[in-house]
Amino acid sequence: MQPPKIDIRGLDFFFDKKQVIRDFSLEIPANEILAVFGPANSGTTTLLQAMNRLTDLRPGARAEGRILLDGKNVFDADVNVTELRRRVGMVFEVPTPLPLSIYENVAYGPRLRSRKNHAALDEVVETALVRAALWDDVKDRLHTAGARLSGGQQQRLCIARVLALEPEVILLDRPCSGLDPISTAKIEESLRQLKEHFTIVLIPHNVQQAGRVADQVAFMLMGSLVEHGATDEVFRNPKNQKTNDYITGRFG
Amino acid sequence: MNPSTSQRIAKVVIWAAALLVIAVLLAILLFILIKGVPQINWQFLTQIPRNMGRDGGISSTIVGTLLVTAVAVLVATPFGVGTAFYLTEYTKESRITRIIRFSAESLAGIPSIVFGLFGFIFFVMYLKLGWSILSGGLTMAVMILPTIIRTSEEAIRTVPAPFRDVSFSLGGTKWQTIVRAVFPSALPGIAVGVILGIGRCVAETAAVILTAGSALRMPTSLFSPARTMAVHFYIMAREGISIDKAYGTAALLIILILIINVGANLLVNRFVAKGK
Repeated sequence: MQPPKIDIRGLDFFFDKKQVIRDFSLEIPANEILAVFGPANSGTTTLLQAMNRLTDLRPGARAEGRILLDGKNVFDADVNVTELRRRVGMVFEVPTPLPLSIYENVAYGPRLRSRKNHAALDEVVETALVRAALWDDVKDRLHTAGARLSGGQQQRLCIARVLALEPEVILLDRPCSGLDPISTAKIEESLRQLKEHFTIVLIPHNVQQAGRVADQVAFMLMGSLVEHGATDEVFRNPKNQKTNDYITGRFG
Repeated sequence: MNPSTSQRIAKVVIWAAALLVIAVLLAILLFILIKGVPQINWQFLTQIPRNMGRDGGISSTIVGTLLVTAVAVLVATPFGVGTAFYLTEYTKESRITRIIRFSAESLAGIPSIVFGLFGFIFFVMYLKLGWSILSGGLTMAVMILPTIIRTSEEAIRTVPAPFRDVSFSLGGTKWQTIVRAVFPSALPGIAVGVILGIGRCVAETAAVILTAGSALRMPTSLFSPARTMAVHFYIMAREGISIDKAYGTAALLIILILIINVGANLLVNRFVAKGK
């Protein structure tokens, strides 16, 4: 059996004195979609942002424990944070195209790292847009502003922007929460295809989405892991009463 | 009072206020332009003043104005924008940021003549730059610095926080994030600060007389003394040398400011349009 892509061991996370993640341990296998879900303030977003250390930007943030990416703790002092964030890409809840053209949005990450020649960059941008299922929509207007796209297209642009980094892990924080069902379906279809190449951690905006796309699910409550397992198993036969209550809609 | 009456009164008062402001502005502009524009001709633009300004044109004062303003803006903008980025991106709120901000605010409230006196003592006398474009420009730079800092800081603060998160999450360093994600979004606001600064430089008289002098010769280098258009206008009108030339200078000054504003806006729009 392959070693896990990400191995979270005994993670405690604090903002100043407030603890938002408690003794959290979870193995995330490569090339699968893991959905981490729970009610608001369960610590899901913090967990995701800790994986690529975006939490470094938050005042008062402090982590104890380890998050191993291919066996290497991301909190180690010798970790190059910008390189970590390239390997572990993030898609945010609100689609946020930078105030640049579609092309420049996708090229943003690659341009940060090196001066690629035009042809190579064109290819990276095209590949990323194709994989994010946006290419056909935008190929004739790559140099118009990203902000002019519809909400669903903007979110796919954000996914393309992450794909252009050629990452290993993609983190998505409620990527469809503001989108219509058709856009949501398109993004979910993309995710199913993308998991062949990437490890995907998704915070779904509702339980149904976890059921539709995830191979494994993890249920969090008040910063602790309540239950974790294969999606079918957890949904059909939850071991924990709270999980059962949550997925059947009795609370949350 | 019943709501629809108060609504009607409010509407009248607000419209009246707006119309009055526009009317006053138009009256001033039209008065100056009607009196001044007929004075403007090729000679007026290309000849240096003769006979203390009674005859000839005002070419040397146009050059003087542009050079003093250019020095001021080129010196103040990098320092001002740099300080604004330091205050917003590179440091947390602390005693030091409060001191810097308080200093900038205090500087903004000081009358320009005080800057003129400082410029005269420091640049003209102590650094021995004499009455020169450089002394004048540096003095103006100190004068407009607070404006540029405050407007730039405001502009940077209004850049949506998610832009920064996105840039960092794509592997950007702090510097890359500032240059590529924050600065382009803040640019229109920063430009407003710079344009305000240009306006103050072009309009300044007292501080310029103390630091750049009021020579009528065409400046030959940054160390030449110079007279700016505002100073020329002031002297023409104050000494009663030539009221016609004074109006001509004033009209040209207004046109110049208009051109600078429109030009700066075009430049910013061209830069920003790519992202809109």
